[in-house]
Amino acid sequence: MIHFFHQLSSPRYFYDVAGRLIPWLVFACVLCMIPGLYLGLVEAPPDYQQGDSYRIIFIHVPAAWMSLFIYMVMAVSGAIGLIWRIKLAEVISIASAPIGASFTFLALATGSLWGKPMWGTWWVWDARLTSELLLLFLYLGVMALYNAIEDRRTAARAAAILAIVGVVNIPIIHYSVEWWNTLHQGPTVTKLDKPSIHLSMLIPLLLMAAAFKLYYAFLVLMRARCEVLRREKNSRWVKSLVGEAT
Amino acid sequence: MSLSEFLDMGGYALYVWSSYGLAAVVLIVNLVIPLRQRKKLLADVTRRVRRAARI
Repeated sequence: MIHFFHQLSSPRYFYDVAGRLIPWLVFACVLCMIPGLYLGLVEAPPDYQQGDSYRIIFIHVPAAWMSLFIYMVMAVSGAIGLIWRIKLAEVISIASAPIGASFTFLALATGSLWGKPMWGTWWVWDARLTSELLLLFLYLGVMALYNAIEDRRTAARAAAILAIVGVVNIPIIHYSVEWWNTLHQGPTVTKLDKPSIHLSMLIPLLLMAAAFKLYYAFLVLMRARCEVLRREKNSRWVKSLVGEAT
Repeated sequence: MSLSEFLDMGGYALYVWSSYGLAAVVLIVNLVIPLRQRKKLLADVTRRVRRAARI
């Protein structure tokens, strides 16, 4: 096992393994997304209160979950890179930032599109929405900090520290709907009680969540491969890589 | 259910379809960026290898 991780942390080995893994992840993602979309948009009945507008949930909630999940991946791998100086952890951390930012943007934008017909407003400065907006700024801050420093390893270290400090925001987002009296509805699925959602809506929601997670998985591998290429562009194995291609 | 009924989304067509459309755009852009980046990086390496071979 340790041998496996040691091998995996070699950039060249990672580049190969990730390249072979990506098509399978794409396949699994499509396998979840197509039935997820069909069940969510066609089969699931309209909500008794919100009509068909609630179907935004199948985008909004998976995107919001991903915004938190990717942040944790970014912070934890950033910490691993910081403590054990593992280059690959740095690469994963940095590759996660723009993907996480885009899922956070998607959660905010679809929330807005859901809020307008249901609450009568695109935006309110309540705890859930504000803390999620702060999350977007944390992602953008990590990206800006990484790009502002010339040396990639120093940059990764600085970005990791910012990412770790920003972790305090994660429980705030999750519990915001319970700690404060907000316009945003309480948790539907992620609570200790039974989920307060019918199976016909829960199944497409979980399928879409799985699809989004798999989508992130191959995106982060694709971006990490690019980052590895960029860092290793002078090495012999990268040169032999194009030797085969041309 | 007819197709026009489906597209109407119970009167919420604008909100529902903009959400799904936006999701599609975000996912596709995220996919295109690393694909183009990889192509560019490999082209860069190829160019440098050729230049080195000439010298």
